[in-house]
Amino acid sequence: MGELKLRPVPFQTGRAAGPTPLNALGDNVLTTTLDKVINWGRASAIWPALFGLACCAIEMMGAVGPRQDISRFGSELFRASPRQSDLLIVSGRVAIKMVPVIRQVYDQMPEPKWVIAMGACASSAGMFNNYAIVQSVDKIIPVDIYLPGCPPRPEALLDAVIKLQRKIRGEPLVQRPA
Amino acid sequence: MVKTDIAQEPIGPEHEPETEWMELNMGPHHPSTHGVLRVRLKLDGEIVRDADADIGYLHTGFEKSFEDKTYTQGITFSDRMDYLAPPINNVGFVSAVEKLIGVEVPPRAQVIRVIMMELARVASHELWLGTTGLDLGVYSGFFYAWRDRDLALDLNEAYSGVRMMTSFTRVGGVAWDLPDGWLDQLQRFIDVMPGRLDDFESMLTDNPIWHQRLEGVGVISAAEAIDAGVTGPVLRASGVNYDVRKAFPYCGYENYDFEVPVGTNGDCYDRYRMRVAEMRQSLRILQQAVDNLPSGPWITGDRKVALPPRSELSKSMEAVIHQFRLVSEGFKGPVGDVYAFVESPRGELGFYLVSDGTNKPYRMKVRPPSFCNLQALKKLVQGVLVADVIAIMGSLDFILGDCDR
Amino acid sequence: MNRWSSALPDDALVQRIGDRFGAGLQESSDFRGDLSVVLEPGALVEVARYLKSEEGFDYLLYATAVDWPAREPRFTVVWEVRSLANKTRIRIKTTAGMPDPHVPSLTSVWPASDWHERETWDLFGITFDGHPDLRRILMPQSWEGFPLRKDYVSFGEPVIFSDQKLEGLEPDAIRG
Repeated sequence: MGELKLRPVPFQTGRAAGPTPLNALGDNVLTTTLDKVINWGRASAIWPALFGLACCAIEMMGAVGPRQDISRFGSELFRASPRQSDLLIVSGRVAIKMVPVIRQVYDQMPEPKWVIAMGACASSAGMFNNYAIVQSVDKIIPVDIYLPGCPPRPEALLDAVIKLQRKIRGEPLVQRPA
Repeated sequence: MVKTDIAQEPIGPEHEPETEWMELNMGPHHPSTHGVLRVRLKLDGEIVRDADADIGYLHTGFEKSFEDKTYTQGITFSDRMDYLAPPINNVGFVSAVEKLIGVEVPPRAQVIRVIMMELARVASHELWLGTTGLDLGVYSGFFYAWRDRDLALDLNEAYSGVRMMTSFTRVGGVAWDLPDGWLDQLQRFIDVMPGRLDDFESMLTDNPIWHQRLEGVGVISAAEAIDAGVTGPVLRASGVNYDVRKAFPYCGYENYDFEVPVGTNGDCYDRYRMRVAEMRQSLRILQQAVDNLPSGPWITGDRKVALPPRSELSKSMEAVIHQFRLVSEGFKGPVGDVYAFVESPRGELGFYLVSDGTNKPYRMKVRPPSFCNLQALKKLVQGVLVADVIAIMGSLDFILGDCDR
Repeated sequence: MNRWSSALPDDALVQRIGDRFGAGLQESSDFRGDLSVVLEPGALVEVARYLKSEEGFDYLLYATAVDWPAREPRFTVVWEVRSLANKTRIRIKTTAGMPDPHVPSLTSVWPASDWHERETWDLFGITFDGHPDLRRILMPQSWEGFPLRKDYVSFGEPVIFSDQKLEGLEPDAIRG
């Protein structure tokens, strides 16, 4: 069969990936505030890469459309070049032939970068438990948010982006009522 | 010898430096390949000398999956192939099964199928217009397209619960009857759409930039089109008057009064005109369908094939047995092979079904229009500029889910 | 009324093919209004040329194969063509057996057969003699095996439920 060695477990990105020059200084007041400002900046202008694979890409386009309008949440533009984008929304089923391409696109993105696995196929291969579809994109790249649905509504994608923004800012993903 | 300064090198056509062709990879990750298509172009400067389309980046193994699902389970799979017009895939799939088994579909179900299919055609062409415009620089067209497409998806959602992957057909009819108030919502859609299409056309049809980008680009003659096996609006733009809905009417299309637009030049501009005219004809069909919707059952009464209504289950033991049989095992088909085909927005979508007498298809081959149209890409891009390759790929309107299956 | 029956060419067509090619035509059938003829591999290209030039079947619909592991020969290779002017269709079948299944290619008759035959090679392993460029089209070039054959196991990985243990069921072990 294929000669590709797929990564068996996802790994962490962002702060959990280890010390960076910024948080190596530890948690003192100045760097905490600076961290917060920087994270707020990062979260408020996440520019996704144009990476539509299959049906979920159509609903991703719907999220860009006038009714749902993802640019309200900071994603003003989808960049064609991965070197200019922060977020990879893997929208659609990942076929075997596509695996090295996804890995190369992800590797080209500069840090900090995040991944949303949009739809059932990117999260867990969906209804396609067969020879042709990689059983979840987290065998290839680390995923931050899994978004179920087949395809998820554009509003669900917006919810995923909002949760990702909370994750970036260091807030809890689910805000419990007071 | 010392190399001379470039400013002193002789210039003129007789001193052209030696060049060689460059291979450019329009990789699977590219904003205008309408999905994950890889095209390897051999360029002589800016002119394309050869192209090789490399598909398979979305190969999902649908045909293998169909072989271990019953006929009814396969309907949900069929949505995801041509994911821009899923209702049409649904109708094609069950048409093949109905042809194999020999089941008649009641008139109301046929009209409901026509309504959903024409809605899907309008929604698909709208998105095509939006994204092709996006490729060619019409950034605002994308938002106009989605404004209209969202209306059609609302109708899909009100009927089947899902915006895109409707799975609304069952063998012998459709899964549910139309909900209350749905026809009024559809009527409002039909009333507002011609004005929206006029908006779109006023932006594009007489636009000199649109003309320059599309006119005379990607020309294919009628004979070449038939030889290359292209289908749908691409074939009709070259002058071949062939539309499955007129040539081999299904689902009662012979009862509707509509025209099939046929082009003359076979270039990208004609293909654009085809699709806009098809949208207008779809609205005509929708109006006639709404006006002439018959009452009656929405699925066949043959209990060997269709589930009994739930009200019968408490009264009749036979109904319970049929329900159990159909849900657990499905129905069996005769031994044989059939080919059923429908007109999708991309062209003729066919299903070749081979059955060996069990409750699952033995082989379900899908004849995808995008696969056939994409074959012609190599011929169409000979001698054009790189920017024209984008226009040609847009005008072919292929969907990789359909092409790769 | 079978609404698909308008696709049937006239019955004399089978007669004409039989008269012209004799033993090349092995059998014909008309199931639910679809006319199919089964031909010998040797007669395939000539019958195809005859159908295109003299009977007007100019438009290729598709080409594929069906795997019958219990039969000998194992594969049935199918092409279906349409006559746009006469609005008729005919399905041409031939057979190919293991260990090295191969049939003549019809790209010289219907150029549109190119990619369809490449796909059939990719998914079934049937070689088309005379095809200009027979290589894999849907699977990666380095893939081994022919996915749509009946003896090719298709599942990606077993679904592991929460009450099952994970040892021995690592997903990567299945991929090999």
